[in-house]
Amino acid sequence: MAPVNLLEVEELAIGFGGVDAVDNVSFVIDRPQVFSIIGPNGAGKTTLFNVLSGLYRPSRGRVRLRGDDVTSLAPHRLAARGVSRTFQNLQNFSGMTVRENVMVGRHLLEQSGIVSQLLFLPSVSRENRATRAVADTILARVGLENYALRSANALPYGALKRLEIARALASEPILLLLDEPAAGCNAIETQELDQLVRSIADDGVGVILIEHDMKLVMKISDCVMVMDGGRTIASGSPQAVRRNPAVVAAYLGTHADHVGPNADG
Amino acid sequence: MLLYLRDDRFLSPAILLGVVVVLGIWMPSNFGYRVATLVWTSALACIGLNLLMGYAGQVSLGHAGFFGIGAYAVAVLPAKFSVNSWLSLIVGGIASGLLAYIVGTPILRLKGYYLAIVTLGLGILIAMVLNNEGWLTGGPDGIQVSRPTVFGWRVRGLEAWYWISGGVTVIGAWLAANVLASSTGRAMRALQDSETAAHVAGVNVAGVKLIAFVVSAVYASIAGSCFAFSAGLITPEKAGFLYSVELVTMVVIGGMGSILGSVVGAAVLTILPQLLASFQDYEQILLGLLMMVVMIFLRSGIVPSIASWVASWRR
Repeated sequence: MAPVNLLEVEELAIGFGGVDAVDNVSFVIDRPQVFSIIGPNGAGKTTLFNVLSGLYRPSRGRVRLRGDDVTSLAPHRLAARGVSRTFQNLQNFSGMTVRENVMVGRHLLEQSGIVSQLLFLPSVSRENRATRAVADTILARVGLENYALRSANALPYGALKRLEIARALASEPILLLLDEPAAGCNAIETQELDQLVRSIADDGVGVILIEHDMKLVMKISDCVMVMDGGRTIASGSPQAVRRNPAVVAAYLGTHADHVGPNADG
Repeated sequence: MLLYLRDDRFLSPAILLGVVVVLGIWMPSNFGYRVATLVWTSALACIGLNLLMGYAGQVSLGHAGFFGIGAYAVAVLPAKFSVNSWLSLIVGGIASGLLAYIVGTPILRLKGYYLAIVTLGLGILIAMVLNNEGWLTGGPDGIQVSRPTVFGWRVRGLEAWYWISGGVTVIGAWLAANVLASSTGRAMRALQDSETAAHVAGVNVAGVKLIAFVVSAVYASIAGSCFAFSAGLITPEKAGFLYSVELVTMVVIGGMGSILGSVVGAAVLTILPQLLASFQDYEQILLGLLMMVVMIFLRSGIVPSIASWVASWRR
């Protein structure tokens, strides 16, 4: 059997009112790895995520997941195919407990129908127990096991970021889109995040990471793509991208080692 | 703590069962049974509507239409087509559920409050049919409802219908609590907080809203059947727009996303007009003022507001 690429994005474009937020972007992720997308604000990174997760329909181009054309599928159908994501501006379910937040991520793997749920048949009770067990395992993995019964709106910011990752992991994705997971995190949290993302990729999940923290990106990425003005201006290994003159000129500046864009949104 | 309590499937139905039993035993007058039966039937419709409004985040302005379908099903089918009364109740429930499914399928794919507009029209349409098709429905004067039999015993009397409608409402509360404790309920609550995140997390948003709408329609229909049985007479008024608005108001005043809130809301809006009746001309004004006061001081509804007060005192 010929090897199938995990993700192929082909000449993708989407415009709002005549401006192309994403303009003719193509890339391939052949196998599970950490693939980072960097670029200044307004470069089209989050818009690209919104297309890949089904929230926006592209005006041109194709998205193929493991060889299947998944362009313009609805978000929940993409989730069922194995695409999962977190949000830059937190999107937790604030009225639910931490554990329930993760359990929602498992919704598409739950089978019971509305009639058996109305009657709370033993199968529903079993399903609840199984979902709860998986949720607790994932919470332990992201270090939130002691918060399971807390209300999500009572968690500090960094924990909410990890909660989003936990929810995204609950659907057992093959492709995980992380939108600025380190934004607003302190040094320790960032380091924990670094290990978590690495371990997710090592488990065979493709991770696409949008991140402004250059140190983190350069450290954990297998491949980096640089976007500006909706286009890809460079891509390759972290070292290659760092040396790319177009990147240095447009984005990284002269002190590429420690200067990132001072962007916060 | 509050969140933990809300997880408990048995708390709300158990409290409700206690109230039904205590009131049923100690009720001072026949008038009391009559009013309480009205409360239970409205409460049942509100529990269903609350799944839609308080959890799936959609508003129906035509729920009285489904209430009317249930009520007229048990009036018309036995009288004109000799169908068994209990079977008629089930037929009414299935018809309401099907209608909700047909109407909801295209509408709930759209983001926003289109369902409110469409159900507004649907409710008015149902009321018009009930008013105008006099040969079948008795027209504006309404139609007599023949009382059903249980094991050959014809159920009549205010007390009997108090217990039946109360019992059905407790079962309704229990079924709703079951749904809220399972994956569909979690999905409903999630999409209330963030529809986008729920959708991306794998929740079929349109599908879950549709389930809530269909279930709420069946609740309203069965509530309508219970009402018709207990009242013995049904008029198109109960399927009309004003009653739809009353149901929505009950849900909001009692507390969105609270099963007990639906019961309290139904009780307040059923009992208050009776208490204020002595004020005659000023009744409506007082009712309006009281509702404004409730919404200003108990913004999230009576039951959730009181529950959060209790929680903050305990701390």
